[in-house]
Amino acid sequence: MKLTVNGEEQAVSATTLAALLAELDYEPDFLATALNGELVPAIERAECALHDGDRIEILAPMQGG
Amino acid sequence: MLSLYGEDIASRLLLGTAQYPSPSILAEAVRASGAGIVTVSLRRETAGGRTGGQFWELIRELGVRILPNTAGCHSVKEAVTTARMARDLFGTDWIKLEVIGHHDTLQPDVFGLVEAARILIEEGFKVFPYTTEDLVVAGRLLEAGCEVLMPWCAPIGSARGPVNPDALRSFRAEFPDIPLIVDAGLGRPSHAASVMELGFDAVLLNTAVAKAGDPAAMASAFAQAVEAGRRAFKAGPLEPRDMAVPSTPVIGKAVFE
Repeated sequence: MKLTVNGEEQAVSATTLAALLAELDYEPDFLATALNGELVPAIERAECALHDGDRIEILAPMQGG
Repeated sequence: MLSLYGEDIASRLLLGTAQYPSPSILAEAVRASGAGIVTVSLRRETAGGRTGGQFWELIRELGVRILPNTAGCHSVKEAVTTARMARDLFGTDWIKLEVIGHHDTLQPDVFGLVEAARILIEEGFKVFPYTTEDLVVAGRLLEAGCEVLMPWCAPIGSARGPVNPDALRSFRAEFPDIPLIVDAGLGRPSHAASVMELGFDAVLLNTAVAKAGDPAAMASAFAQAVEAGRRAFKAGPLEPRDMAVPSTPVIGKAVFE
């Protein structure tokens, strides 16, 4: 399945958002996720099914003003 | 004491966490500033990356309250989604709401700001809107449910200090009971003192501290200036006069001619 993750196209085997984070070696405790422009809360990632062409944003805490 | 959305805050200085030379200097600066609130943001994490987690640990060890921002968002949709993601990650319903309307000045898009504030307050967020000194916009933000306003005093990162002090004075006079935080544009401790002397409740700084030669020392200098300005406001500063007024008594002066 092809997804756009943080603006880059990726071919992955994961079918849920939680599985995607594991496949891409993310630390899930320190992230916020969105699917096609909408928040997916951390507690809903395991049930969040992915589909070909989905756009995923994976954000982390960062310095800010 | 400063109260923001029902929370008592000991310090009237809020500090940004961006642009410091290193994480340890950031930590030193936060401690030296005495800030009780720091701003943070959300950015894309690279696959396998751990920078976000490390930064988050550093902030948590400082024991300060977190105010996530929506910096860099240019649309209502972007800002609202970013705010929701920030709440999910940081576990706070506080959000510094920025909707940027102009690339060069980073002036807020005040129309989008009011719209985004309405949406987020409906969802239970405690919104800290980064706005201009426009009184009408400020009124709309209060109608939307904002309980704090954060007018700029100059463009973000410009270090110019209050470019329109008369407008800030009017802003304070118009909203005597609303906590007002000057956000953006402060360059030097004297700038911070001057807006505190006008009666603003707090200031939010970042670049002026982070880009100083010695950020921790500058953070301390700002803390003292904020305190001095606040005390001066409470003490009732003298208004400027057009002509000289002798301070030494004239009566009783000797006559030698």
